[in-house]
Amino acid sequence: MAKTETKPIDKLTYEQAFAELETIVGALETGEQALDEALALFERGQGLSKHCAELLDKAELKIRKLSGETLEPFEENE
Amino acid sequence: MEQLALFNAFPRWTVTTLTRHLRQLLESDASLQDAWVQGEISNLARPASGHIYLTLKDSGASLRCVMWRREAANLRLTLQDGMAVDVHGSISLYEAGGQYQLYVDTIRPLGEGALYQEFLRLKAALEAEGLFDVTRKRPIPQFPRRIGIVTSPTGAALRDMLNTLRRRLPLAEVILAPTPVQGDEAPTGIISALQALNRVIAPDVILLARGGGSIEDLWAFNDEKVVRAIIESAAPVITGVGHETDFTLADFAADLRAPTPTAAAELATQVDILELKTSLAEIWSGLCSRMVALVQAQRELAAWLDNRLKFISPERRLQTERQRLDEMSRRWYAAQVHGLLFTEEKFKGLENRLLALSPLAVLRRGYAVITKNKKVVTSTSQIQIDDPLSVRIQDGEFKARVTGTG
Repeated sequence: MAKTETKPIDKLTYEQAFAELETIVGALETGEQALDEALALFERGQGLSKHCAELLDKAELKIRKLSGETLEPFEENE
Repeated sequence: MEQLALFNAFPRWTVTTLTRHLRQLLESDASLQDAWVQGEISNLARPASGHIYLTLKDSGASLRCVMWRREAANLRLTLQDGMAVDVHGSISLYEAGGQYQLYVDTIRPLGEGALYQEFLRLKAALEAEGLFDVTRKRPIPQFPRRIGIVTSPTGAALRDMLNTLRRRLPLAEVILAPTPVQGDEAPTGIISALQALNRVIAPDVILLARGGGSIEDLWAFNDEKVVRAIIESAAPVITGVGHETDFTLADFAADLRAPTPTAAAELATQVDILELKTSLAEIWSGLCSRMVALVQAQRELAAWLDNRLKFISPERRLQTERQRLDEMSRRWYAAQVHGLLFTEEKFKGLENRLLALSPLAVLRRGYAVITKNKKVVTSTSQIQIDDPLSVRIQDGEFKARVTGTG
C-alpha cells in the first residue's frame, strides 16, 4: 500500500474512516503483506470499524441557521 | 280545427321524454361540457355523503352546482358562502328534479385562471430555453454530509424535514437558510437563501420546500428569477413544494422533484443509517474473514516451510554423513585389522631371518666377542699384558684383563 495514513482514528469523520476501512479490506484481499503488516492493518481496521459504529450510535442531527454570512445555532422551537 | 291540426303537427311529449330531450340538447353542446363559470358561492351545503352542493350567483342569475365526493376530496380550497370563484365543469340536467346544473370538477379562487395562464406561458418560455432539460439535472449525492434547507423557519415543512433527516441520517449536518415562502418577499428571499447557502457553506444538496397551499400561496415557486436561481445553484436542488398534485416551475427546474417536504428529505438521504450500519457490519465481517484466511494461509505456509526445512536441513545431511562415516570407519577398521595381521606374519618371518644372521645367535652357542677400546679383538697382536678388555657373551658383558699371552 502506498498510502499509509496514520491520522488518529478518533479525528476521522465517518466517511473518512469508512473509506479507509474499505481500502484496508481491499489491501488485505490482495494478500501482499507480510503477516505482521497484515496484522497491523487489521488492527487499524478494527479501530476504524469501532469508531464508525460509535459515530453511528451517537449521531445526532446538527442543525444550524444561516444568518447573513454567518452560521448560528438553531433552536427548533424558535 | 286549426288548433287541432297545430297540435298534431308536434310530437307528444311526456315529462320524461321532454326532460331527456333537453338534457341531450345541453350535453351535445361542447361549450357547455367544458365550461368555466365565474360567480359567487351561496347556499353552500356539504352533507355527510361528501358531495358538495352550492349555488353560483352573480347580480343577474344563479346556477345550481354539484361537486361529487370524488372531486370534492381533491379540493384544497376552503369554500365559503360569498367567495368569488372560477368553477369548471359540465352542464347537465337532473331529470328527477327538473333542474339543469353544473357538475363541477374544479373550483379556484377568482383570478387564479389568469395566474394559470401566466404559469403556462412562463413554463413554455423556460422550457424553450432548455432550462428544464433532463441533461441539466445534477446527480443527488448518496450520502450528503451537509444538507442546506431553504424554507420558512416556522413552517410545518421544516419540522417534517428535520424529523425525517433526524430519523434517516443523524450523521448529517443541516444548515437552514430561512426565508419567507409566500408573499411578495418570498422570491427574493428564496433567491438570496439559495445563493448564500452555495456561497457560505457549499452544501452537498439543498432542499427547497414549503407545505401545501393555494396556487397563490405557492406562487413564489413559479417566479422566473427563483427558477433561474435553482438552475444556477452549485449544489443540486431537491424541491418539495405543496402536495403531490402541485407542480411549480421550481419543480421543473429542480434536479429532483419530491411531492412533499418529507419526501424531499427522504430523497436527500438515499442511504439511511440502517443501511450504513448494515454495510459497516458487512465490511467488518469481510475484514475478519479476510484476516482469518490470512492467518490460516500463514499457518499452512509455516507448516509447509517447516517440512521443507526438515528436508533440506544440515541435520539430515549430518545424519547421512554420520552414517557414511560409520560405515567407512567400519570398513577402514576391517582393512586395518586385516593389514595388521598380514604385517605381523611378514614381520615374524623377517625377524627369524634377522635372528639367524645376528651375532647374538652365535653367542648363544657359547662364543664371545672381545673388544678393546670398542674395537673387536680379532688378533693377539692387538693385546698386551694388563690390557682391559670387554667380553660380550649371549646374555651380557663383563670386564676382563689380559694376564698372559699365549
